[in-house]
Amino acid sequence: MKQAEIVIIGGGPAGLCAALSAAKSGSNVLIIDKNKNLGGQLIKQTHMFFGSEKQYASKRGIDIPEILIDELFKYKENVEIKTEATAVGMYEDGIITVLEKEDNYYKIEPKAVIVATGAYEKFLSFPNNDLPGIYGAGAVQTLMNVYGVKPGNKVLMVGAGNIGLIVSYQLMQAGVEVKAILDAAPKIGGYLVHASKIRRMGVPILTSHTVKEAIGNEFLEKVVISEVDEKFNRIKGTEMIFDVDVMCISVGLTPLNELLALRGCEMKYIPQLSGIVPVRNENYETTVENVFVAGDATGVEEASAAMVEGFLAGLCAAAKIGYKPDDFIDRKNDYIKQLNNLRSGPAGKHILAGIEQIGR
Amino acid sequence: MDENTIICRCSDVTLKEIRELINDGYVTFDEIKRITRAGMGPCQGKTCGQLIMREIANATGQNIKDVKFQINRPPVVGVKLGLIAKEGRKNEE
Repeated sequence: MKQAEIVIIGGGPAGLCAALSAAKSGSNVLIIDKNKNLGGQLIKQTHMFFGSEKQYASKRGIDIPEILIDELFKYKENVEIKTEATAVGMYEDGIITVLEKEDNYYKIEPKAVIVATGAYEKFLSFPNNDLPGIYGAGAVQTLMNVYGVKPGNKVLMVGAGNIGLIVSYQLMQAGVEVKAILDAAPKIGGYLVHASKIRRMGVPILTSHTVKEAIGNEFLEKVVISEVDEKFNRIKGTEMIFDVDVMCISVGLTPLNELLALRGCEMKYIPQLSGIVPVRNENYETTVENVFVAGDATGVEEASAAMVEGFLAGLCAAAKIGYKPDDFIDRKNDYIKQLNNLRSGPAGKHILAGIEQIGR
Repeated sequence: MDENTIICRCSDVTLKEIRELINDGYVTFDEIKRITRAGMGPCQGKTCGQLIMREIANATGQNIKDVKFQINRPPVVGVKLGLIAKEGRKNEE
């Protein structure tokens, strides 16, 4: 059986930073990622990031993995990377099972594990919601920005959060017509800088609107939407029809952490963190000893926060198995301060209200 | 309309089927899973999980945070039995 010190599941922003932080403390780390390339969802973020310099603000998301991987290279004796490898199970005796490519299945026995598996897109129920042409907005962003595939010609975007707004803009950059953006909420959820850029390009943003049904034979041809009241009930007689061949569903992400659930970590549904999350302490350790979590898997937030959580979880996991650096307290306080700064805005208030409920 | 609304895309389970089961008193994800196979496909409940939880919450008047979660078991993606057997034999040697 393969032995390891710290196994990090997921090589996105949180996982890469966790690896960096733990390796810096002197631990050996093994990163497992199911994709061909490290970087997680950063590799399709062609827009510039906000935040502060420490979280690579004003850099484009696609450029951040390279910076982190270069940094990781400094500790190359301590770092092992497995790509196209999926952690498929975590068991009571601490063993992790991995499926690498199609035909290599093996076990790893780590001293500690950091689960940084990110999040996945939520879906909506409406008639004919399985017609080809109906995608998650993140899936469309991957199609365009990673694979260079145009998803269609005329798009209706459902959801005016940051992902919906950013993907709408990137669709237009790719020459795809965006007919409208709608959102059931009475207010635009995403940053107004993104929203105003889209409004300036002539795309209407219809708040208090929802999808009534999709229409099409072989693929999506039309979408019927209607206005909703303050209780999200559809208002009769307000229907509008859009001729589109693509509808993007961007109604939020939810934490991806089934590995923690099946490992026996205590889980809780916390609306402010967008779904089911593990109970954890301030070191990002779950209720199962030496099992840590970081990034969207612990509650949906932004990449900047995921990176800092990764640094913090990596530091604490390494310390837990015997690699406690002299500047442990300084590093820990710095990461906590960075997280507090990132969460000081209005969106942060919401996140903090969620985090208050997961303390163990 | 509910018969055209797909809740579990892996196993083609409709909103109509889910609502009928909830009406019949099956008010946990796992009961509904065992009857319909919702959540047993390649995505392991990542599309239907929260949709079904919300349906249960709405029908029973519970808050969604109080609805029992689905039980996850390994492996989280399909693994060929032959590969598991091969790894198992390795340990016996």
